[in-house]
Amino acid sequence: MIPSIPQSRLLTTAYAAYVVLFFIFLALPLIVVAAFAFNDSQFPSLPWEGFTWNWFFGSERPMIGVFHERSILRAIGTSVFVAFCVSALSMVVGLSNAFLFNRYKFRGQGLLYVFMLLPLVIPGIVLGISILVASSRLANGLWDGFQWDVEALRPGLWLVILGQFSFITTIATLVIGARLQKFDRTLEEAALNLGAGRLTAIRTITLPYLAPAMIGAFVVAFLMSFENFNTTLMLVGSDAPLTIAMFDRLKEGSTPLLNAVSLLLMLGSSLLALIMIAFQKKN
Amino acid sequence: MHREAKLGLVLLLTPLLLWLVLLIFIPHIDLFLVSMRERVGVGQYDLSFANYLTFFQEPLYLVTFLRTAVMSIFATILTLLIGFPVAYYIAKMAKGRTQSALFLLCLVPFWVSELVRTFGWMILLRETGIISNLLQSVGLASGPVEMLYNDAAIMVGLVYTSMLFMVVPLVTTLESLPDEVVEAGYDLGGNGLSVLREIIIPHAMPGIVSGSIVVFMLCLGNYLTPTMLGGKESLWFTELIYSQFIVRFNWELGAAFGFLLLILSSVIVWGMLRLTGQSLEKTMG
Repeated sequence: MIPSIPQSRLLTTAYAAYVVLFFIFLALPLIVVAAFAFNDSQFPSLPWEGFTWNWFFGSERPMIGVFHERSILRAIGTSVFVAFCVSALSMVVGLSNAFLFNRYKFRGQGLLYVFMLLPLVIPGIVLGISILVASSRLANGLWDGFQWDVEALRPGLWLVILGQFSFITTIATLVIGARLQKFDRTLEEAALNLGAGRLTAIRTITLPYLAPAMIGAFVVAFLMSFENFNTTLMLVGSDAPLTIAMFDRLKEGSTPLLNAVSLLLMLGSSLLALIMIAFQKKN
Repeated sequence: MHREAKLGLVLLLTPLLLWLVLLIFIPHIDLFLVSMRERVGVGQYDLSFANYLTFFQEPLYLVTFLRTAVMSIFATILTLLIGFPVAYYIAKMAKGRTQSALFLLCLVPFWVSELVRTFGWMILLRETGIISNLLQSVGLASGPVEMLYNDAAIMVGLVYTSMLFMVVPLVTTLESLPDEVVEAGYDLGGNGLSVLREIIIPHAMPGIVSGSIVVFMLCLGNYLTPTMLGGKESLWFTELIYSQFIVRFNWELGAAFGFLLLILSSVIVWGMLRLTGQSLEKTMG
């Protein structure tokens, strides 16, 4: 069925209705979460008790808003820190990988490329436990052998960063690699002909060309890290990132405070998305 | 020049190899070694298959494993069936601005975390939730209806969470199908059904395979959705791994479970690729 083929009226209408229903299905949970952030009640459920901003700005019990809830604010800070480290690391390694697979031909390259893709097909929870097992074995070994107590190898933020980095790097590599593949090599050669060294040519010609992809990779990595749950769950120590902190609260029972946090998250990621789209349009 | 190229190669290989060896290969070898040992005394371990034997002898473990696999396959098929018409609509029926707007709308829910999406379904489905209230006010139900904490709720959550990863590859492959080919199918006497079977689906196969692989993987490895939306009886295999590792501190058994999950997902992904003659590089990259 395509527009140029005549179809019965009934069929096209039914098809359009199906698509509309689908988008309602997509939007419904998000709308509900956002709406109940403003319910003047202890529970994010009906009946509707009236509109309030208290779940954002309230400072007194029983309605302490997001901006006065220390533990949530701390968790957001932790998440931002982790996401920043993960995105920076994976962007750099992704850039290096993209150049490696684009510019060099060597034995075993195809196999290495498959290995590079593997982290995407390993369940997140398995990545988490494998890194947990390996790092604590290393930590125990260092303790038994040299009496060194390496805190970074125990469950905590450093392991969370490593765990998320281990699969987000693949995504960064793919994003940057896709743009590098479209790059016109003759531009670089022109720079070389004009007397530039190889590194100068890459710095002044290739890297600016790759900038949108690098920023794209950074933003995607940031969001993936911020949202990650499975790998983080297995590696987290006492400082919980936001998703884990919210999960713990949700298990105990939810208040509209969680709706308010969720709404802020939605706004934050939409803003990031818009910035990214605007930036890519400009280039 | 030759030496410089070699130096560059080594410099670029180092981060890749460090990443893959230190964070992927060694940890998985360690995981396997831990799964193959049995505690015989304080700090003393023997090499044995005991953990894997436990898995096969304890019905709860085996049943949960199979249930997780079957439900993940079912969720993948359901996602494909629901998503395909929508992807086709976006790729072939909608034009211009509508097309890009619809495509963006598909992506929007996935800019927020899975936790928020799951929370939304909890608000909708629970006893005091929106749908229960709606049913009561319309008169279809006489009292509160609990729709949370069962397998159907898990299914809804999984399909919802996976939808993006099915629709995006489908739209991409379907967009590359020229309208003329579809028209030719009709000109040659095909009807809607035969054109779908003979032209559209074969063309969309790469998208179907990569979408299905990613969705299946995400369902199988999901922890949040089954935990929040499922009931006491609807255990997911990842919940067993979590409880062995974090709650019971039995890393040996937990490692064996983790390895089994890895094997199951690899076998199914590999089988799907073989069955359809696709390769991992093409599907993922």
